[in-house]
Amino acid sequence: MGIDLRQSPHKGRVIGERVIQGLLLTAAVVSVLTTTGIIFSLISETIAFFREVSIIEYFTATEWTPLFAVKKYGIFTLVSATLLTSAIALAVAVPLGLTAAIYLSEFAGERVRSPIKSVLEILAGIPTVVYGFFALTVVTPFLKTLNPDISIFNSLSAGLVMGIMIVPLITSLSEDALSAVPNSLREAAYGLGSTRFEVATKVVVPAAFSGIVASFILAMSRAIGETMIVAIAAGQTPKFTFDPTVPVMTMTSYIVQVSLGDVPYGSLSYYTLFAVGMTLFTFTFVLNMVSYWVVRRFREVYD
Amino acid sequence: MHEDTPIRYSEQYGSGNLARRHLWGTVLMIAGIFSIAVAVLMLVILVGDVVIKAFGLNMERPFAWLRPEFFSNFDSRFPQRAGAKAAVFGTIYTILLTIVVALPVGVSAAIYLEEYAQDTWWARLIEINISNLAAVPSVIYGLLGLQVFARWLFLGRSIVTGALTLALLVVPIIIVASREAIRAVPASMRQASFGLGATRWQTVWHIVLPQAVGGILTGSILAISRAIGETAPLITIGALTFVPFLPRNVFDVFTVLPIQIFNWVSRPQEEFRALAAAGILVLLVILISINGVAMYLRSRFQKRY
Repeated sequence: MGIDLRQSPHKGRVIGERVIQGLLLTAAVVSVLTTTGIIFSLISETIAFFREVSIIEYFTATEWTPLFAVKKYGIFTLVSATLLTSAIALAVAVPLGLTAAIYLSEFAGERVRSPIKSVLEILAGIPTVVYGFFALTVVTPFLKTLNPDISIFNSLSAGLVMGIMIVPLITSLSEDALSAVPNSLREAAYGLGSTRFEVATKVVVPAAFSGIVASFILAMSRAIGETMIVAIAAGQTPKFTFDPTVPVMTMTSYIVQVSLGDVPYGSLSYYTLFAVGMTLFTFTFVLNMVSYWVVRRFREVYD
Repeated sequence: MHEDTPIRYSEQYGSGNLARRHLWGTVLMIAGIFSIAVAVLMLVILVGDVVIKAFGLNMERPFAWLRPEFFSNFDSRFPQRAGAKAAVFGTIYTILLTIVVALPVGVSAAIYLEEYAQDTWWARLIEINISNLAAVPSVIYGLLGLQVFARWLFLGRSIVTGALTLALLVVPIIIVASREAIRAVPASMRQASFGLGATRWQTVWHIVLPQAVGGILTGSILAISRAIGETAPLITIGALTFVPFLPRNVFDVFTVLPIQIFNWVSRPQEEFRALAAAGILVLLVILISINGVAMYLRSRFQKRY
């Protein structure tokens, strides 16, 4: 018995194919719905927030005291803390991550490269609550032996540990960019009498520049959105300061602090969650867009 | 004779001293090795410290906080009686439900984008959207879950809310990994299948997926291990920090291991820090075993065409 060719294309089969395609499309649309849901819920509650709090106060006040009798809503109090911890993290992660990437791509042999990459993968997979524990119970006591005046909660310890957490991100993205530079460029530079250092810094790094910068920007975005390390180690004291030795409160740790309490739906503190979340989302969204743009605008294409 | 040659090799590179130029290369290499050494050292200190604290080796009388009672006791105000039973079960329930939701959605979306979607503005929108979602901070997903699942869908602070939130968080990761695995299947295999009269779905189901399953599984397992360690979005949706009972069903309130750890870290007593270390050790062992499985699968299914 052979297949009866006159029966194909089978009608039921065609319908089945359509149904399956529809289901698969629905799954793909879920990701669009997620974005829509994020933007919609942030915006709707942020609007509710600004019905009760003046937008001018939000952007100009230098105090953040939503839980006090005299309520002040100056978002830059929280933003300053976020920028401070993120700047410390980048100051650690950029030099470490970039030199490690250059080493892996330009100096290391295949034998050392893969175990090093495994270690970096493990570091990248450690939950942030564990890094928070590390910051509070190991790094802060260590910093206290160097400078006894430092507070138990401080942005320095949180920032340093966040930097260590971000190193694998910068290293792996930058190394991808460096490895994508074709060998012909290196060989040409060596042929002109360059040393390894000159090939790395004057040929390969400039050629991979867009990818490297994009990795820094994504690292910044990651640091700004990082939550558990700062919630555990940087403190819960909203203060407009750039002193790394005192407790501060970032945007993310405010969200955690409020969520830990019982927030009634529709209360002003419920709305503040979303106003702060909206501000945070705007920061990371702009950074992601910039990195996208940098990659497209400055990418060198080799064929 | 020309005593002053017009060509000066040294112009661009300073002195032109070759030894010095090579020295810079060595400096750069040492800087790279130093950076990696710092990262490795931090990992060693972190793990070593957790092990020491979990077994109380830093206390006056060593006490193994990681002991059978750790898994059979509920949380308590007294550190000697506290355990992580509710958190361990909460994590298991939440993650199983997350897998059930996230895996089909993520893999289906990847199949659609790789095998069905034409190059239209719509497909490109979905693509840009996914890469953007992967960079949204996890705490924002928590706000989404709080508003949409807990409030609008009346699911409250339940396991379902937590699992749906985590599922949305890991779906982009699963999509990216699955697409890569599907793309690696050579086009010639699809053409052979079409040539034999198979429909698109038959080709996907019988030809593409069996070839791509290794890559899909590896990526999905890594995505799930990310979900296991997530704390912030679950705190945001209102998961409890003190739960002295097992959840009765998926609509019950719950806690998970990372939140339990956070709760213990936040208490000032040394004993609770030790309990946190025990919890971290359990979490790290789970994550490292999962990663081991992923690596094994990657090597087992690795194919060359």
